Amino acid sequence: MAADKVVYLDNNATTMVAPEVYEAMAPYFTELYGNPSSMHTFGGQVGVAVDRARQQVGSLLGCDSAELVFTSCGTESDSTAILSALRANPDKRHVVTTRVEHPAVKNLCENLGSMTGTKYRVTMLKVSEDGLVDFDEYVNALSEDTAIVSIMWANNETGVVFPVPEMARAAKDRGVLFHTDAVQAVGKIPINLKELDIDYLSMSGHKLHAPKGVGILYVRRGTAYAPFMTGGHQEHGRRAGTENVASIIGLGKACELAGEKMEEENGRVKELRDKLEHGLMTSIPRSILNGNKEQRLPNTTNISFEYVEGEAILLHMNRFKICASSGSACTSGSLEPSHVLRAMGVPFTAAHGSIRFSLSVYNTEEEIDFVLDKMPAIIAELREMSPFWPGQ
Amino acid sequence: MWLYTDTVTEHFQNPRNVGEVDNANGVGDVGSLACGDALKLTLKIEDERIIEAKFKTFGCASAIASSSALTEMIKGMEIAEAEKITNEDIAEFLGGLPKEKMHCSVMGREALEAAIADYRGEILPSAEGQVVCECFGVTDLEITRAIKESNLRSVEEITNFTKAGGGCGKCEDQLESLLRQTISEGLQIVEVNKKPKRMTTLQKIKKIEDVLEREVRPGLRLDGGDIELIDVDGDFVIVSMRGQCTSCAKSETTIKELVEKKLREQVLETLIVEEEK
Repeated sequence: MAADKVVYLDNNATTMVAPEVYEAMAPYFTELYGNPSSMHTFGGQVGVAVDRARQQVGSLLGCDSAELVFTSCGTESDSTAILSALRANPDKRHVVTTRVEHPAVKNLCENLGSMTGTKYRVTMLKVSEDGLVDFDEYVNALSEDTAIVSIMWANNETGVVFPVPEMARAAKDRGVLFHTDAVQAVGKIPINLKELDIDYLSMSGHKLHAPKGVGILYVRRGTAYAPFMTGGHQEHGRRAGTENVASIIGLGKACELAGEKMEEENGRVKELRDKLEHGLMTSIPRSILNGNKEQRLPNTTNISFEYVEGEAILLHMNRFKICASSGSACTSGSLEPSHVLRAMGVPFTAAHGSIRFSLSVYNTEEEIDFVLDKMPAIIAELREMSPFWPGQ
Repeated sequence: MWLYTDTVTEHFQNPRNVGEVDNANGVGDVGSLACGDALKLTLKIEDERIIEAKFKTFGCASAIASSSALTEMIKGMEIAEAEKITNEDIAEFLGGLPKEKMHCSVMGREALEAAIADYRGEILPSAEGQVVCECFGVTDLEITRAIKESNLRSVEEITNFTKAGGGCGKCEDQLESLLRQTISEGLQIVEVNKKPKRMTTLQKIKKIEDVLEREVRPGLRLDGGDIELIDVDGDFVIVSMRGQCTSCAKSETTIKELVEKKLREQVLETLIVEEEK
């Protein structure tokens, strides 16, 4: 392993722009700079390219491209979906979500009162030790007063996958709108929206090798929609503002690639993840896997190394240019460890020392071997220093 | 990503004096697993002088660096001198710490105090206080002390230095009143330095009216003039001059030099006063 090579195992945070994506985008920064809304061919051809990108996204999600709105990010898609549903159902004052959502949904749901000027009752479903929701409890939470359900497809910290198709079906049976934040799931889990009862789905470009600053909101045809911004007629009046053309083209290409690489993601990448996970858990004593082992994304593993603190681990990994994330309090600037791990009841001995490794198709076996070689000494050194370490 | 100084990074990567002193006669054990950082400091003290100091720390890079720095600072030091070390001294030794990480240096100072108290067979007064922050087990005595020693002026600063209020946040009101109490008990801190984080428009209007009535109108009235508050819109304060002031060529100067200055000092630094057109 070359000493200066970055080993990037933080793909749930963001991903590398795929070379093919970058190549597809490049002309739209240089010669193809027209406005897609223009009447002339010079701009019009860009509009055609934007529509082609929309179709590429539609193919990956299994929906009609007319049901897709390009946004600036996953967060914008989440906010637009949830607030659209609330506005469409002014008499309903109840929202169902989970305790382990991404802040984009969690903080919105916790602040609906100040955001909308209306008081909402929010059910935040608890999760079990392995990060899953009790299905009966979910169904029982749905009522005539429920305006929308918002449940993530896959958890960004643990990779745990919720049974979103079944949950969406249960919501539909009770006449409740269903939104899913699928930012981590798209490209890793096969999705065919035509066959599902999902009303809104959010995704983000930079989690699947497109650039930052572009997202998608899927809105099932005929579902309530209220634009997030008011202005021009772009996106058929659903999202004002001149299109982020190059990024949209990039997202289209990235979706095409993701479709082609889904098998590799669930094959080779999953094997690498399993090798990393198994290697770490066996070579490092008192390491605990966080989250359900089966119902999980193929690229993510979240492991707690007891009695040591995450930021210290990450900074030692950083010396070897190994990139990952931690659920420790110290890495966030807040003083509480990850809300996801706390909701799962992970004890403090373990929550502060949790490390999330998230892989992509660009990782190699050589990189995994390198990490497996370096990690045991890092953890051992910090444990030697820890007043709580009871010895092996 | 935190921006640590080179000294912090160096002490984190090559910590000095890790471990436990054999036959230690002063032991300071502070923090907990739940809190996310903990430090066990062991000292060997002979003839009132620290001849050996070692640490074990559970925590982030700045906690480890603070512990390492502390042991380097106190080795060979007389207890009487070591007692005077503050958390600011530890932070300074490291070339500074990010403000959110100041509690790491406080933990160092607390461990040192606990170890010296242990050597003397004393009980620390801070352990006797009332717990204010239940999430992190911080007492009123610890908070008051941090306010005084580090000259803290907001609840946010209290959290950065002591962690109090950094969990559920339920004790924020208590922290606010401890802050007020401590400041008013201490040196005569001028009231105007206490700027609340955010004011509602109504609060702003009330304060502005107070200042106008108390500090501005008496002077204007002597010259047969007056001032009226028309509107407050965000930082913009719209006023109208009355009486003799209406025709005064210097009214703009009066507004900027007198009214705006007073309001900025006593209400909000960001206010902009404009005359109604």
